[in-house]
Amino acid sequence: MKQLDTALGLGAVRGPIGRIIKFALYALAIFIFAGPLVALLVSAFGRVTDPTKLSLVPHDLTLDNFRAAVDQGVLRYLANSLIVVGGGLLLQIAVSVSAAYALARKQFPGVRLVLLLILSTMMLPEEILAIPLSLVLADVPIIHVNLVGTLAGMIVPVGAWAFAILVMTEFMRDVPIELEEAARLDGAGDVRIFWSVILPVCRPALGVLGIFGFTMIWDQYILPLLVAQDAKQFTLALALRSLRADEQVGTGVLIASALLALLPSVVVFLALQRQFMRGLTSGAIKG
Amino acid sequence: MTATLAAPPAHREAAPVARRGRRFRHAGAWLWLAPALILFTLFKFVPMARAISMSFQEVRPYLGDRWVGLDNYRAVVGDDAFRAAAGHTIVLAVGETVGSIVVGLALALLLEGTARHLWIVRTAVFLPTVTAMAVVAALWRIIYYPAPDGALNSVLGWIGLGPGQYLDSPHTSLWSVMAVGIWRGAPYDMMIFIAGLAGVDRTLYEAAAADGAGPLRRLWHVAFPAMRPVFAIVVTLAAIRGLRVFTEIFLLTNGGPNGSTEVVMTLVYKLGLERNELGIAAAGSMLLLAATILLTLLAQLLRRRS
Repeated sequence: MKQLDTALGLGAVRGPIGRIIKFALYALAIFIFAGPLVALLVSAFGRVTDPTKLSLVPHDLTLDNFRAAVDQGVLRYLANSLIVVGGGLLLQIAVSVSAAYALARKQFPGVRLVLLLILSTMMLPEEILAIPLSLVLADVPIIHVNLVGTLAGMIVPVGAWAFAILVMTEFMRDVPIELEEAARLDGAGDVRIFWSVILPVCRPALGVLGIFGFTMIWDQYILPLLVAQDAKQFTLALALRSLRADEQVGTGVLIASALLALLPSVVVFLALQRQFMRGLTSGAIKG
Repeated sequence: MTATLAAPPAHREAAPVARRGRRFRHAGAWLWLAPALILFTLFKFVPMARAISMSFQEVRPYLGDRWVGLDNYRAVVGDDAFRAAAGHTIVLAVGETVGSIVVGLALALLLEGTARHLWIVRTAVFLPTVTAMAVVAALWRIIYYPAPDGALNSVLGWIGLGPGQYLDSPHTSLWSVMAVGIWRGAPYDMMIFIAGLAGVDRTLYEAAAADGAGPLRRLWHVAFPAMRPVFAIVVTLAAIRGLRVFTEIFLLTNGGPNGSTEVVMTLVYKLGLERNELGIAAAGSMLLLAATILLTLLAQLLRRRS
């Protein structure tokens, strides 16, 4: 009975019938959850004559769908998406590590209130704030800038994200204080300590922030919807809807564009999978 | 914002070592926090305050807003379309939460373990969760294509099930949207359950087995009780996410056909940005926010009690 390391003990299932059932279930799970995405990949390179068809088996390989998509301006949408995710991610990481440094390392009156405020923003998603947010974007308070119709309008608001700040704060709390004190004895100031002591130690957590921030920004829909005024500012996600609505555009173009919107997130996920799982479980289990 | 926050009374602190420069002692901390606090203020708290104030006013561009008290709330609650949308939202939130948990748990039990092939299957199954909603919606609209040779109808044809109308019929549209939500949500729950299962004491399994307990009793009496906090978290997260559902509806059906999938947020969006009834739309959002906060507090209370 050495195989009792899982709740159902499926690892201990031996014998041909048991194994066939087990692997059939694996295949079914993959078919249901990954099958549609594989079909998207295969169909994007296939000749799509029928608007209803997706295929899992490649035939008639062609790049026509992508050529048509490029004619529809999909490269511009892709570029917009990449600018938004790149800019948003840089800003988000900078804002998060800076705030986390104060929350993890500084003692000041009001720290509990700040934590509470940050936590409370998790209950204020863009969906609920959509209408007042669109007013704010058109005329940002105090500085009176109009962000509607600019990519900056899709970047700046994602800069502060409670989840990223809290994950980073947790991580920085675990950095041994002795490292910092030694540097302080050498006469280093806050900025030097932050830059050359804290940040290098936090590199694994930066991976977690990177993958989660990427997924979060790449998935953004409402914010770009509120900000974009015409197709020039469309991200890939927004463009998928108007490509669909266009009668002239066949399904092949839509499938090819959807694949372009899918690939970056899958590649980033596969590359940073370990960090993703760590963030997922730590963020979820700690609440 | 930061200026007002930067000067709170410091009397709760223990006697400081250095008295000199006491007033600016905490300025450093606030500087580090400033970017986050400014962004949160501009894009979360200001919109929030606007939403609250708008919900009590008749918003009239160029004419100035007019205070109407609770009229907007009365209009929203009395509106049949809003009540229907609230009903759909609750059905969808409960269905997706329960469905994702059941499917996620089944997947977790099937795919738990350290073997390499399990890791590969888990990675494949997890992909829908990292896929952007816009892609998911585009893909499922193709899969759901209601013709007899549409993708899903073809697959169901192999096992002898008749063609369905899915998103195009008011009888099946809400369930079809729910299925997409479960497809994307279950793998997420699966990963959290697997993490929870990994924390169960292995010797308890051995002990239960030695007492003659089969796999199902082991599950019921050992694994599930140990995972109670994990269940609480998954339910809370899913319920909050479920109530504010917008993007999938907007992209899959936009509330149709015949209003059969209209949810609170798509209705609010139409009221606010298409019909310009900003005050009523704000009141609708605030009711949804109140429900979310209530649910969160309730979940926290239950969690603390258990």
